[in-house]
Amino acid sequence: MDPARKRTVRLVSALTAALLLAGALIYTSFSASSPAKTPSQLASSAEAGRSYQLTGKVVPGYAHHGDTLDFRVRDRNGTASVPVRYTGTVPDPFRGGREVIVTVRKQGLVYVGERDSLVTKCPSKFSDSKKQT
Amino acid sequence: MPILGRACLILALVACAYGIGAALYGARAGRREWADSGRRAVYAVALLLTVAFAVLELAFLRSDFSFATVATHSSTTTPGFYKGAAVWSSQEGSLLLWAWLLALWSSLVLFLTRHRMRDVAPYAAAVLLGFGAFFIGLLVFAASPFHVLAQAPAEGNGLNPLLRHPSMMIHPPMLYSGYTLFTVPFAFAVGALLARRVDAEWIRSTRRFALAAWFLLGIGILLGARWSYSELGWGGYWAWDPVENASLMPWLTGTAFLHSVMIQEKRGMLKVWNVSLVLATGVLAILGTFLVRSGILDSIHAFGASTLGKPFVAFIALLALGSVVLVVSRRELLRSEARLDSFLSREAMFLGNNLVLVGLCFVVFWGTFFPLISEALTGEKASVGPPWFDRYTVPLALMLVLLSGIGPVIAWRRATPANARRNFLVPVACALVCTAVLLPFGVATKPLSLAMFALAAFVLGTVGQELVRGVRARRAMASESAPVAAVQLVRRNRRRWGGYTIHVGMAVLFVGVAASSTFQHVRDAALVPGQTQRVDGYDVHYVRSFARVADDPDKTGAIMTLGAVLDVSKDGRHVGTLQPARNYYPGSPEDGPVGQFVSGDATSEIGLRAGLRKDFWVAMQPDNVWLQRAIAKANRRDPAKAPLWLAGIAIGYIKQPPPASFRIIASPLVTWIWLGGFIVIGGGLIALWPAPDPARRRVTATLRARVAQELGRA
Repeated sequence: MDPARKRTVRLVSALTAALLLAGALIYTSFSASSPAKTPSQLASSAEAGRSYQLTGKVVPGYAHHGDTLDFRVRDRNGTASVPVRYTGTVPDPFRGGREVIVTVRKQGLVYVGERDSLVTKCPSKFSDSKKQT
Repeated sequence: MPILGRACLILALVACAYGIGAALYGARAGRREWADSGRRAVYAVALLLTVAFAVLELAFLRSDFSFATVATHSSTTTPGFYKGAAVWSSQEGSLLLWAWLLALWSSLVLFLTRHRMRDVAPYAAAVLLGFGAFFIGLLVFAASPFHVLAQAPAEGNGLNPLLRHPSMMIHPPMLYSGYTLFTVPFAFAVGALLARRVDAEWIRSTRRFALAAWFLLGIGILLGARWSYSELGWGGYWAWDPVENASLMPWLTGTAFLHSVMIQEKRGMLKVWNVSLVLATGVLAILGTFLVRSGILDSIHAFGASTLGKPFVAFIALLALGSVVLVVSRRELLRSEARLDSFLSREAMFLGNNLVLVGLCFVVFWGTFFPLISEALTGEKASVGPPWFDRYTVPLALMLVLLSGIGPVIAWRRATPANARRNFLVPVACALVCTAVLLPFGVATKPLSLAMFALAAFVLGTVGQELVRGVRARRAMASESAPVAAVQLVRRNRRRWGGYTIHVGMAVLFVGVAASSTFQHVRDAALVPGQTQRVDGYDVHYVRSFARVADDPDKTGAIMTLGAVLDVSKDGRHVGTLQPARNYYPGSPEDGPVGQFVSGDATSEIGLRAGLRKDFWVAMQPDNVWLQRAIAKANRRDPAKAPLWLAGIAIGYIKQPPPASFRIIASPLVTWIWLGGFIVIGGGLIALWPAPDPARRRVTATLRARVAQELGRA
């Protein structure tokens, strides 16, 4: 085959493969993602059974019941809050006033956290004051 | 003192502005004295930032709470060992560390190249000073570490207990050294493009810096993983968190660059690719710094309340746009001097390795920024989790390990069937033997892990084969003993053998990752003394509780520790004793006379029995309700005897412990991850170690030959 033609064929093949892979990447990222919501957004539009990433601040006054943790998460800048029931690893920095991210599903009036999905932001890097439950 | 620090920053900013002007004028007008003056401005910036950093470090060590950043990130109770490291736990302090390291590395590279690359170095100096000006500008105008409080508090907030870990002392400086060192090849690439000197000289001059950047960033990433495993209480070492990903992306493109430059040096190929890679790596290093500070992505590590996002976005946009314009405008100069002869050649394998690494970087980039991408496209912020990352990174990692085995032994230009047979027979046999040995152990149920183990054996086979051949050849030529021949072999070609060692380390590391993530056993259990939990065939028996007050052997500043003594056995045979615990740190006076001692942060002190075959990892959480009740009761008693009541809580916990929650994890081969990391570090050191001067080596060899000849005559 003519070397120039050979190079063109290689280039087109490589580009096609790259495009196919990129397409798969884009498709799977949209199909596997969970929407991120604040408590106020979740309270107004959550569908039962659908998975969401809830982000906000822990309201002081949470309670452990056995290995289950019941707490409320409020908006970063606001008072709207939703109740969360969570089972699994509780990160060390978890406390009232700290920012958390947790994957939840609505079940009745409560948002049930996916096991081990709770993460708490590193508090050393916040500029807000320390406050505990 | 704060005035001195502030003055140094302002002077450093002025020096940056002057240096940029002088270096650019010197380069454009061909006035060497101006270019030299621009270079000396970099030294001046380094000196001024050294003074500024020393002022801040002293303030932390002296607990000078008139500095706002000291008051919010340290305290008199913070152990002295960690006060020094508290500097970079704050936004301002870490920015100052970034700028200081940048200035130091910039000074070093410009000093080393002061007699070389006279047309490129002034432009590089201007670019490095541009980076410096940006960060110092942030320190002067947006996040001053020398902000003074009107009234200094008697006590500071203290360093987050989670950061009171030895690896946290060096993790940030390692990461920042990596990030800042990557700006060096970036600056020289820009300089080479501006000066139209796009041969391999700029690569040779900065290769060691690129390697050092890769090396230190890699150590930083490894230390972060170790800290996560041993301190964060979840039992993992990598979570695909945006901030973790931010450090991984430049490391991946940097790895690609270190491989592809060999092709440009050897055959004058891939010039556009190399320049693009190094520019992308520089931009990704800044992007990583931005991600931690902007708060645009939800991460456990981000500086949540930062306002530095906009300047960073503008700076990154400028860097990215400028890089694209430069590469496009110089594309004629960047034409390859040779073409790829065959897909079965070392060049093609290196290219394949580069595509995989860049593909990995793209996957990580896409997943990390997906919340922003989805919001821009659909109006709804959404994110992807670890399973999505694993779906793409696992096959790419397999390809990478395979290529790291093929690349070093396949012939340049074109491999013949005979050459392939000669080089790959032993490695393929190693992979097959490994597969055959593992099949009876049920590894076949996890085919991706099995593939990783086989490919790792393939890599070890290729490197082992090269070592044996090299030693044999040296022994035949120089009659050396095998150990001496092996040492000489490595000494004679440190770059090559450093690379091989790194390949071995990465293969070992990947084996650890594959085994520990696939064959891990996790159990959560609430236990009281006397109860036993079975995990992966092991019996974990809760023997007794323990408690300590004002007894802090690790010097972390913990006031109280509540823990458990666990006995691990298998088939009645004692395997080990673990003592997981939870440390409690001081809170505020509002928490009551007793509560103030222990109502601050609490951290898991894990019980770990690490072994070459298996790690036993246990974290425990005492019943929080019991503890809160005990503290509330003690708070109502005589405040003057608060320490006694606290001791009473500890005694109560020892005598009648409430049920504690345990997470017990049995993970195979986790130690291989750290072992692989150590091998990679060893390989990096071999590659970085300065080779003897070639001229001196020639003279020594000639002299030795003459002496041998004379002795022969005698």
